[in-house]
Amino acid sequence: MEALYLLVPVSIVIVFAAIWVFFKMSDSGQFDDMVGPALRVLQDDDAAP
Amino acid sequence: MNAVPQAHASGCFHCGLPVPAGSDWGVEIDGVSQAMCCPGCAAVAQAIVEHGMSDYYRSRSGYAATADQAALLPPQLRLYDGADATEKYRAADGMLEATLSVDGLRCAACVWLIERRLRQVPGVVAADMNVATGRLFVRWDPGQCQLSGVLGAVREIGYAAYPFDPARHEAQLRRAGKTLGRRLFVAGLSMMQVMMYAVPAYLASDGTLETDMAALMQWASLLLTLPAVCYSAQPFFRGAWASIRQRALTMDVPVALGIGAAFAASVAATLRGSGDVYFDSVTMFIFLLLCSRVLELAARRRAAQALERLQHGLPDSAQRLDGYPASRDATTVAAGDLSEDDVILVRSGEPIAADALLLEGETSIDVSLLTGESAPQHRKAGELIPGGAVNAGQAALLRVVRSARGSTLATLVRMAEGAGLGKPALAQWADRVGTWFVAGLLLLAAAVFLFWQWHEPARAWPIAIAVLVVSCPCALSLATPSALAAATDALLRRGVLIVRPHVLETLHRATHVVFDKTGTLTMGRPVLRDVALYNGAERGDCLRVAAALEACSAHPLAQALAAAAGERHLEASGLRQLAGQGVTGSVDGVEYRLGRAEFIAGLCGRFIVPATASGVSSVWLGSKAGVLARFDLADDLRNDASNVVARFMAAGKRVVLLSGDQQAMAQEVAQRLNIPEALGGQLPEQKLAFVQKLQREGAVVAMVGDGINDAAVLRAADVSFAMGSGAALAQSHADAVLLSGRLSALADAAEGADAAMAVVRQNLVWAMLYNMVAIPAAAMGWLNPWMSGIGMSLSSMLVVANALRLRTSVKGN
Repeated sequence: MEALYLLVPVSIVIVFAAIWVFFKMSDSGQFDDMVGPALRVLQDDDAAP
Repeated sequence: MNAVPQAHASGCFHCGLPVPAGSDWGVEIDGVSQAMCCPGCAAVAQAIVEHGMSDYYRSRSGYAATADQAALLPPQLRLYDGADATEKYRAADGMLEATLSVDGLRCAACVWLIERRLRQVPGVVAADMNVATGRLFVRWDPGQCQLSGVLGAVREIGYAAYPFDPARHEAQLRRAGKTLGRRLFVAGLSMMQVMMYAVPAYLASDGTLETDMAALMQWASLLLTLPAVCYSAQPFFRGAWASIRQRALTMDVPVALGIGAAFAASVAATLRGSGDVYFDSVTMFIFLLLCSRVLELAARRRAAQALERLQHGLPDSAQRLDGYPASRDATTVAAGDLSEDDVILVRSGEPIAADALLLEGETSIDVSLLTGESAPQHRKAGELIPGGAVNAGQAALLRVVRSARGSTLATLVRMAEGAGLGKPALAQWADRVGTWFVAGLLLLAAAVFLFWQWHEPARAWPIAIAVLVVSCPCALSLATPSALAAATDALLRRGVLIVRPHVLETLHRATHVVFDKTGTLTMGRPVLRDVALYNGAERGDCLRVAAALEACSAHPLAQALAAAAGERHLEASGLRQLAGQGVTGSVDGVEYRLGRAEFIAGLCGRFIVPATASGVSSVWLGSKAGVLARFDLADDLRNDASNVVARFMAAGKRVVLLSGDQQAMAQEVAQRLNIPEALGGQLPEQKLAFVQKLQREGAVVAMVGDGINDAAVLRAADVSFAMGSGAALAQSHADAVLLSGRLSALADAAEGADAAMAVVRQNLVWAMLYNMVAIPAAAMGWLNPWMSGIGMSLSSMLVVANALRLRTSVKGN
């Protein structure tokens, strides 16, 4: 049970970290286009031109 | 601020009010320090000087408004007061009109707030806010106020308004969506985590949870609820604050009170170390409410889609051939700079910037944006192409006949925007009831709190919170406008432009549908109905010869013949038109005449002219060899006319045909369409009297006409439709315009109206049942705050989702 006194604060820190990471991702435009990257990855343009 | 102000006249240099003794606010204007009465005026004057607009003080004819209001106005908004900006908004009668886009709308009650505030501004004649599209239409008197004043008034109550600009509007919507997404994420994360900390308290039976552990869980919940309350719930608090400041009640007030009260009570309990906490309910409520906001935002975006496509339809630039016909070098100019007689080049796949005549060659155009018609249409040299159509064929040279601002599409956009802005009686009623509902709810919550305080103090807080949270007037304030907007937009995609807001409502109630004949049930132009052949002539040959002879004529009969002949053309030479007689010319060396019987007789000798039926025009073709053919042309019924009439009859509406033509012809058309009642030989006044008589007998009359000849009767009818296209659009006096020229669009409109009203009714019934059950239950103490939160959020999602259904039930192409 005593472990909770450590784990609960840790979980709070993790949640705030997650929020921070999410905001950074959102600012960098990761969520602006939710469809394009999935299509782009299918395009086979690895071969040298 | 500057040093000792100069003794200037008697008062503040900016607003003219007396300067308080001992004050030293001053601004240096044109090198002279001027006294100001307050920091507000000083700030504004400073801003004016800094933005290089101190000219204002030299040319003004009176003092400025006292600055506490003006100070809220960023100086860049003043740019909108400039002469050219003002000119852009001038309406026909000297008033100014503008469409603004407004940022930060939360619910339909915000709309009420904005409208009310604007109507207090002196000089504002009309203000209509459309929640579905986020657009505000304002009409004001330029003598009494200016656009910056209007924008400032909107800003003052916490919304940002800009003159409408599609690009900015788009960016604004995207930003709103992004911010809402973030708020939702934070609320969701915090909800899940707080839920975990709440589980032990729910599971533990009395005494098994250590006090220390319980305190730890409560503190942890408190910390994690903070971001949800401080960040995610911000829109609710802001909305509530703005509405309280304006002494108008919106839905945000009970929501914000509920969240605030629950959070405050929980914090107090945590600090005290005893009592109930509701952190889980608070976070869940915020999360669910935000979910319904996301849904609503999506609904709003989609409701404006068809309109947005229209707005993006006109290109910003055009390729102008300045040296045509000598040179064909194109320069790119702004579409707004095009004027009459400019020659423009439109490449394949490009939209056409203004109404223009095709100069050479032929092409096909896509007018789906303008009329909902998806098949490309063929155009020949000399024909008019409406602005906003897309060139689907080869590159084309066109001569502009109307500037881009006067083009068909621009007219359409203006009408559609104006239409979305007015508010149907139903929505106005819903707004009013919504406000009273919230006021009643707040009183009830207070009463319930007092009762339980006296009866069982421990439960007073949770029960009052539950009452605040559980009620859901969304069907009133949110779903009704959404439903109407969704239906209007779906119809616009099908080519029905609704010009006045009451159309859907009234059409749904209509008992009589009155059709005009010419141009409405019929095409309004002659079509080849029959060919009688003489002297062994062959039908196809005759038609091709006739088409060749009529190739250069714009007469409707000539066009009907050309259309009937199809694609393969012969060439005629030596064409000569004789007014009122016909046309003569040679095809393959043989001389032909086409026209009236007497005219043909001059070439091929006398013959017996058979009597023709009324309403049919006969055109004769003859050569030296004798009479070849008689073409019977008549105004034909539209293909979809009988289907539309049948659909209205099946819906239980009485269909009447009202025509200016002879009774016999009206009767004939009515018979072919199975219309039970037909009145021919009606003068406009008689038509008007007929409609008014029906109305006196209690009928709700829907009138369908061609829009221009029937102006009076269209205006008198309860709801009116015009068959419209092109530049005549703006002159039509109807409540709605059938852009596609397809009559079946009318039946679609009727079905759309029925569907919209059904959804509105369902939503209202649901809202009534839900609130009648849920509010008393909460007041009796049967519901916890968390149950209330779920109930309220689900209910509002349900009504919004129901309204969204309309987009699919009124099917697009």
